[in-house]
Amino acid sequence: MTVDALMNWFAKLGDFPELAFILAVLICAVPVFLFIALYALVAIYGELKISSFMQDKVGPMGQGVGLHAGKWGLLQPVADALKLILKEDIIPTSADKKLFILAPFIVFIGAFIAFAALPFNQNLIIADMNIGIFYILAVSSLGVIGLIMAGWSSNNKWSLYGAMRSAAQIVSYEIPAALSIIAVIMLTGTLSMQGIIQHQSGFVWGILPNWIIFQNPFTFVAFFIFFISGLAECNRTPFDIPEAESELVAGAFTEYSGMRYAFFFLSEYANMFIVSGIAVTAFLGGWQSPIPGIFTSPAWGLWWFMSKAMFLIFVMIWFRWTFPRLRVDQLMNVCWKGFTPIAMVNIFGVGIWHLMLG
Amino acid sequence: MADLVFWIVVGVTIVSAAMVVQSKQLLYSAIALLFTFVGVTGLYIFLWADFIAGVQVVVYVGGILVLIIFGIMLTNKITSVNISHTSVQRGIGATVVLGILAGIGFMIINTPWYQVAATEPEQTTETIGRLLMMDYLLPFEVASLLLLGALIGATTLSRKED
Repeated sequence: MTVDALMNWFAKLGDFPELAFILAVLICAVPVFLFIALYALVAIYGELKISSFMQDKVGPMGQGVGLHAGKWGLLQPVADALKLILKEDIIPTSADKKLFILAPFIVFIGAFIAFAALPFNQNLIIADMNIGIFYILAVSSLGVIGLIMAGWSSNNKWSLYGAMRSAAQIVSYEIPAALSIIAVIMLTGTLSMQGIIQHQSGFVWGILPNWIIFQNPFTFVAFFIFFISGLAECNRTPFDIPEAESELVAGAFTEYSGMRYAFFFLSEYANMFIVSGIAVTAFLGGWQSPIPGIFTSPAWGLWWFMSKAMFLIFVMIWFRWTFPRLRVDQLMNVCWKGFTPIAMVNIFGVGIWHLMLG
Repeated sequence: MADLVFWIVVGVTIVSAAMVVQSKQLLYSAIALLFTFVGVTGLYIFLWADFIAGVQVVVYVGGILVLIIFGIMLTNKITSVNISHTSVQRGIGATVVLGILAGIGFMIINTPWYQVAATEPEQTTETIGRLLMMDYLLPFEVASLLLLGALIGATTLSRKED
């Protein structure tokens, strides 16, 4: 939508389609990057504060005059970001230099280009592709390669173990996540993100939103499978064995410092947003209002999408500070013996339910 | 429309493919293969085959390439092996290569290629789905049976005897 709109606007100015295409893509990329950076600051602040409240602390606070982190510690994430920018950038002598430098870019690109298909409201989507949701699932697999590159090129046992663990985990949990999305696609009959959201308009009995999660009992289960698998793909607790601090220092990122480390950090938070964005789009009605008939303008659409996504991110942070970490074998058991069969049964269930009652 | 972008994609594909063959380190080849796959994805997009492009990324980048890298990293001491690039029997090799090149070139020039008008298809995914489930159901099922057999075979072979 946005790329098309920009190209139409450029077409009025003159006939330079190739340049217009490249310009339109670049113009769209800048706000997305700013959005990720800004959202990461908010999420980091949320993580600091929520974790503190859960542990009966107050978290970052500013008191009195002088250098401090602002009222209620609001400037703490800014200070953290500044620290990361100013930190010395170290490349270990025994590291494989080329791959070590390339790895953070690949990881970040995998998270960054997925934003191109996220529908923030009725009009605000960079490109409403025919294969929207499939595109997001596809490009997120780029990140795995980056992680493996980071782990291998660091030339460090912790990095290598972390990379292997996270690659195994991401590749495994992609399967139940994709299978639960298939259950959704069977109902909507389209892969386009806006198409999936349009399918969820209206209300049942005038009050219950016609979101896919409420449309049949199997999609209700599919939502939880998708969300938990997504959590595992982000390497978040309780699935954070790839960067288990107590055993692996920081997993694949052990040798990284400064801006390069910041990019891994940024892509982790961006991935959290993508998982929440897909979950909101596919199961929770996207930008649709949960209240019948009111708050349906595009501005409110943006508000509903963001608030639903941020709520899911809050749940992720909540999980992180309340659940213990899973062991490697437990992790694989949950995926292969729990989620994958349930997701398979779900697909049949959705199909039968849809044919009998739909 | 986007000639410039097309040539960039082609350049990335060919240069990285050459790096896959030329690199002396196995892992470098594997990483260069990533860019080749991404370039091929771009070519599919230029053919309006958006679904195939997605499948290309999921299967080749997310699946096969990860498996190749896993294989390299889990195999003991394979990462430090320098692949030999010395050529033997250059004369015969060059003759064979030129012969094949001439044959392929002759074939390309003389084939009456089936050409369709360059119009964007309305829906790709639905058409593919319909073809697989209606017209080509039997080959599709046979292929899945073959893959299932391969899967079971691989599991049986890699299991340790108790």
